[in-house]
Amino acid sequence: MTTRLPEPLPRDSAPDGRRPAIRITAVSNHDRAGASAEPEHVIELEDVSCWYGSFRAVRNVDLGIARQRITALIGPSGCGKSTLIRTMNRMNDLIPGYRTEGRVLFEGQDLSARTVDPVAVRRRVGMVFQKPNPFPKSVYDNVAFGPRINGYRGNMDELVEHSLRRAVLWDDVKDKLKQSGMALSGGQQQRLCIARTIAVEPEVILMDEPCSALDPRSTLQIEELMAELKRDYTIVIVTHNMQQAARASDTTIFMTMGDDRAGYVVEQGETIDIFTNPKHRLTEDYVSGRFG
Amino acid sequence: MSSLAPSVRSAARFEPALMRRKLSGTVFYGACLAAIGLLMLALVALLVDVFVRAAPWLDIDFLTGVPSSRPARAGILPALVGTFEIGLIVGLLTFPIGVAAAIYLAEYASDSRLNRLLQANISNLAGVPSIIYGILGLALFVRALALGPTILAGALTLSLLILPVVIIASIEALKAVPQAQREGAYALGATRWQMVRRSILPAAAPGIMTGIILAMARAIGEAAPLILIGAFTFVTFLPNPIEGQYTVLPIQIYGWAQRPQADFQGISAAAIVVILVLMLVLNALALIVRARLSRHIQW
Repeated sequence: MTTRLPEPLPRDSAPDGRRPAIRITAVSNHDRAGASAEPEHVIELEDVSCWYGSFRAVRNVDLGIARQRITALIGPSGCGKSTLIRTMNRMNDLIPGYRTEGRVLFEGQDLSARTVDPVAVRRRVGMVFQKPNPFPKSVYDNVAFGPRINGYRGNMDELVEHSLRRAVLWDDVKDKLKQSGMALSGGQQQRLCIARTIAVEPEVILMDEPCSALDPRSTLQIEELMAELKRDYTIVIVTHNMQQAARASDTTIFMTMGDDRAGYVVEQGETIDIFTNPKHRLTEDYVSGRFG
Repeated sequence: MSSLAPSVRSAARFEPALMRRKLSGTVFYGACLAAIGLLMLALVALLVDVFVRAAPWLDIDFLTGVPSSRPARAGILPALVGTFEIGLIVGLLTFPIGVAAAIYLAEYASDSRLNRLLQANISNLAGVPSIIYGILGLALFVRALALGPTILAGALTLSLLILPVVIIASIEALKAVPQAQREGAYALGATRWQMVRRSILPAAAPGIMTGIILAMARAIGEAAPLILIGAFTFVTFLPNPIEGQYTVLPIQIYGWAQRPQADFQGISAAAIVVILVLMLVLNALALIVRARLSRHIQW
């Protein structure tokens, strides 16, 4: 089995090895907007490997996350999707013994550099988790949490309302802003977590299987919300639900794991291509439900 | 109840013995009921006995009077005030120190062998007999730091006594907060201190406060270490925290209970009722604080 199947994206590195912040690279015929250029990447991973102590969970990943689109990370359980998405806001730093090799570029800047403070990264690259994790505070305080810790100086009431409206939760909770965020239903809790993330005005929202604890109706609401949000945000979603990836994403990255149990990227491309015309046998087997 | 006809297919391979399984459940239920019944019986007997003996002596003069060699005129005000002063100082000392130590061990220190050793030792300290803390307090606070046999020395000693309990209870409360809460705060750009201060501490507060209040109740009920470091049984004035003699309720009770006269047994019982009420108030406070602080918490 080959380790790195997709061709690396064309590189236009400067002589000093650094790359410009914004790169326009060629070319995909399936850009739904009809433009001929591939959308620019907000986040790029270059030869990224993830290690938990001596175990390599993800190896040699190169990929790009397109701006204001929804990118889905799919693949079988344990292939390192969550690990990989967590490199994008340095969430793995919280795990003792974890380290990232390679470069994770956010707007051209290497996030894993020692000079980069993960606290600053996480405000700009927000995250929504698998299980809704509202704080044991009121709905209002849940949304105001991020702005408060980040020194927001505007009108908090307005920001809270705006964030809840963007998360399509305002009508559900406008009369119970003082009630516990944990008293909401599962789907509402997840939308509260999205509102909470939006409130600190990130550029990217990472979603780590955001619907796996939700019923189908709530799942659909979250997917509709994502489609709405991509006008302003870049979204990366990890999902083991192929239908969800097919329905909700523009770009899909398929990962699987090798014999050494390290996950790697098999194929990435327009979602429609991945699902209807996969280039690699492994992808085809997975999206057609033959394994995984 | 009609019973289902046995299924033909599996009858040979299963022996449901439903009656026997149900019986063992009933027996266990009975055993649990007997255990709680026995406990309640002992407790009720004790309370009834104390209240019957105390009843003739309990009045407002008993609460506002000072000890006397004549039981009819004896009161417990100095002991009550001594207990309040000690409780106040113990609370002011153990709350910040205990919670800070717990936060360090649970949230800051890495989960190293040293950390685990430290926590095991603190747990052990919680089990050390209180009289040992009395010896420590005598050597350290009364003599080495020359505080003398004062309320301050007593409060410091009792603080050492209950700090392990406070720390362990706080660590447990902090660890009970799901990891997802920490990640949620970090994901919004919180620093570690902001995460602890605004997310984890409020979530752990019910457990921490309950632990502290119950530990305070223990400190207020202690007599042994205070006897060792010089609390008196006969004090007829209100104590000054940093100098002079003092007494507290348990020691006052001990002093009176030692006397051979029946009347002193009676006022001893009355003092026991007072301390019981105090405990009841503290426990009720623990419940109220817990309910208030956890009104948003559901996990």
